[in-house]
Amino acid sequence: MAEIGSFALLLALALSVYSLLAGIIALAYQSRAASQLASATAGHAGGGYESPLVAMLRQGSERIGETARRAGIATFAAVLLASVVLVICAFRDDFSIAYILHHSNRDLPGPYKFAVLWSGQEGSLLFWSLLLAAYGFVLRLRYKTDPRLFAYASVVLSGVQIFFLLLLNFAAHPFAIVQGTIPADGNGLNPLLQYPEMVIHPPMLYLGYVGFTVPFAFALGALIMKYPGEKWINITRRWTMVTWAFLTCGVFLGAHWAYSVLGWGGYWGWDPVENASLMPWLTGTAFLHSVMMQEKRGMLKMWNMWLVFATFWLAILGTFLTRSGIISSVHAFAQSSIGDWFAWFLGITLIVFLFFFFKNKSHLRSEHKLESLVSRESSFLFNNLLFVLLCFTVLWGTWFPKISEFVQGNKVTVGAPFYNRVAIPVALLLLILTAVGPLLAWRKTSIESLKRNFMWPAIGAIVVAVFLMITPQSWGSPFGLKPWQDISYFYSLMAIALAVLVALTVASEFYRGGRVISKHTRQGMFASMVQLTHRNTRRYGGYIVHFGVVVVIIGFAGAAFNLDKEQEMGYGDKMIIGPYTLICRSYTDDDAPNYASEWAVLDVYKGGKQIDTMTPVRRFYKASQQTSTMPDIRSTLNEDLYLVFEGLNQDNGHPILKAHLNALVMWIWMGVWIMLIGTVLALVPNAPAPVRVPAPARLEPVHAGPAVTGD
Amino acid sequence: MTSRPALLTKLGRQSGRAIHAILLIVALFALLGAGDPATRFDEIGHQMMCICGCNQILLECNHVGCPASDGMRNELMASLTRGDSDSLVEQGFVQKYGPTVLAAPTTKGFDRAAYIIPFVALIFGFGLIVMVVRAWKNRPPPAIADGLRPIRGAELEQFRDQARKETDL
Repeated sequence: MAEIGSFALLLALALSVYSLLAGIIALAYQSRAASQLASATAGHAGGGYESPLVAMLRQGSERIGETARRAGIATFAAVLLASVVLVICAFRDDFSIAYILHHSNRDLPGPYKFAVLWSGQEGSLLFWSLLLAAYGFVLRLRYKTDPRLFAYASVVLSGVQIFFLLLLNFAAHPFAIVQGTIPADGNGLNPLLQYPEMVIHPPMLYLGYVGFTVPFAFALGALIMKYPGEKWINITRRWTMVTWAFLTCGVFLGAHWAYSVLGWGGYWGWDPVENASLMPWLTGTAFLHSVMMQEKRGMLKMWNMWLVFATFWLAILGTFLTRSGIISSVHAFAQSSIGDWFAWFLGITLIVFLFFFFKNKSHLRSEHKLESLVSRESSFLFNNLLFVLLCFTVLWGTWFPKISEFVQGNKVTVGAPFYNRVAIPVALLLLILTAVGPLLAWRKTSIESLKRNFMWPAIGAIVVAVFLMITPQSWGSPFGLKPWQDISYFYSLMAIALAVLVALTVASEFYRGGRVISKHTRQGMFASMVQLTHRNTRRYGGYIVHFGVVVVIIGFAGAAFNLDKEQEMGYGDKMIIGPYTLICRSYTDDDAPNYASEWAVLDVYKGGKQIDTMTPVRRFYKASQQTSTMPDIRSTLNEDLYLVFEGLNQDNGHPILKAHLNALVMWIWMGVWIMLIGTVLALVPNAPAPVRVPAPARLEPVHAGPAVTGD
Repeated sequence: MTSRPALLTKLGRQSGRAIHAILLIVALFALLGAGDPATRFDEIGHQMMCICGCNQILLECNHVGCPASDGMRNELMASLTRGDSDSLVEQGFVQKYGPTVLAAPTTKGFDRAAYIIPFVALIFGFGLIVMVVRAWKNRPPPAIADGLRPIRGAELEQFRDQARKETDL
């Protein structure tokens, strides 16, 4: 089997190289044929004359181009074959393959054997290559949309694909054979990865990372060929949105996995690898906003080109950080020497992009004209500034330990307290802009209309802030928020108030639009709002995404009220945390083929009534000889009760439990769903606007009164 | 009747006093509860890292049998019980475990750059955008064909309102 996989990878490399070279040759000849045709046309008054040489060049280049396209499609088949072979080897427990030996074992459940494909260095690179080939496959099938632009994009994709296939064939071979005696069983999968979400989190994240190669390929293609107009932006918009949705999903699935598995009670630790996924998300989000400026006003062409490139580049940089070990991270499962390959690739892509950017910069010039600072255009400029600044802050914080080591000779830690101080104020500014931006019209907004539209949402936000501050905790409120007591309370109050402001502006946009439609069609308000959304899915889908962001922000704001408590719990022992009382009913252990486990059974009481029984578990994985906690989480809208079985007291055998009371966490996961629903809505084509046809003049006079029908 | 410059000076002085008063109140509230040992333990413990290699905040390190966190927490509590100031506690930890024990760069020396640079970038970016917007705003309107009169001012606003009413959904 390993031979088939190795051969498939070599074949894929050869096909990719062919696709790249033949694609370049075809495009070069097409350009030459076009220029010769232009000069020939100029020489003939009638125009349209094609000399035999030009015709031959054109036909030949078209044929070569077609073979390049087909080679690209065949690359997908070859990489898919290699991936399928690796998965089959995992299911067959073929420990003669080093990758399977190191990342699987006989008793590993089936879904995790499938997930072995992306659980280690070599496999995840193969998976990356597979996704890239799949995107390329779809792109090459849809080439008729704009054959020339798609041919350029296909060449760029082939270039990126070659890099990953070179890595797979020569630096991180997934089918490397074990030397000497083959062990009877494998080392097993990292216990932290043995969780259902790990079966979907990496694919989502990789679909996001890899997907940004497609807008980059189109952007670079459009730049190289000096693509006229903004059509390439329209073509790539859907690709970018789908990719953004995958990356959003991947980032938050990672957060949910960290929350559900790592057992420290949090969902985001500002680890370099987490930051690596956040950076392209931030620039990608900036691009999704600024691209509207290019579509509607033909502005920011150069900026958008840079944003697309930065997003692609940051996705690769993130992989470089993960794989090179250059920055210490808890995600150190895949450190190796392939960091050098990534460094070279980052350098080459930067040089290629800079070369074509400076060569064809004049093509991107546009006549920028703004009428007012108070306009949608300037709100997008500030929105982009803040997104890029947030990205820079995360990048700066991620690299600062290295910079510090270089400058002062010692490393420092850049953890959550740094980001809380620096990134939160910028994020709050961004939230203000999210509230104001949609209320601004293109070109110019009068202060009067801004006041009119903004007044009620602002009053609503202030009322909510005051309510949160004065509501006593005895009312059951988790708040009683006194912003002067702690900076985290201040941030929390600001975040919630601004989130309400955004939600109300979004609601007012739906209401105002719905009212107009309702007036014209005499439908109910809800039906009108549905119709409104269907008429401009992108705009109103975007508002729903904003609403989802608001819900996520409220979830983040809850972190200021988290509580935790650690206690040894014998039979009948009691722990009180917030409104909950936990009583230890039992503790025991168990044995399964893949792991041994220790767990406690705790009755949960609230207000004197038993409401649940919870069972936090700690597992010991036999193959890898590692332990892992499986926290038990009871989620409600107000808070999560999060129990961790930390271990046993060696003296008396009593379990030691840690309880966290995490406020509003469920809002984060709900918000993500809303964001995804909004994105899907934005991808739905607009309903055609109703066409009004004047009623024909009646030929006969109509008698007043209702028509009487028979009996 | 007060002259305009004198009025402005008076207003400036009054607003200065108001800002001072607000700052004082904020500082007072910020200091409330700062001396409570449990609060200090929680605050300082969240500004330090466990050094066992788990990359977690000291008070969030969750391994039973962690070779580092229990000892570090006891040391922290002992320092606070002794009445050491926050900076003295941090210095002691840095001397013993190295600068990576602090969860964030300090606000001294080169470490300050970690905090300053993002805000400098924000101010620079903000200024740049304001400049760009002004430059774009002051550009002359594109030339139009002979015989056509550019619409400006109230007339433009009237057309704009009409367009909004008819198209804004």
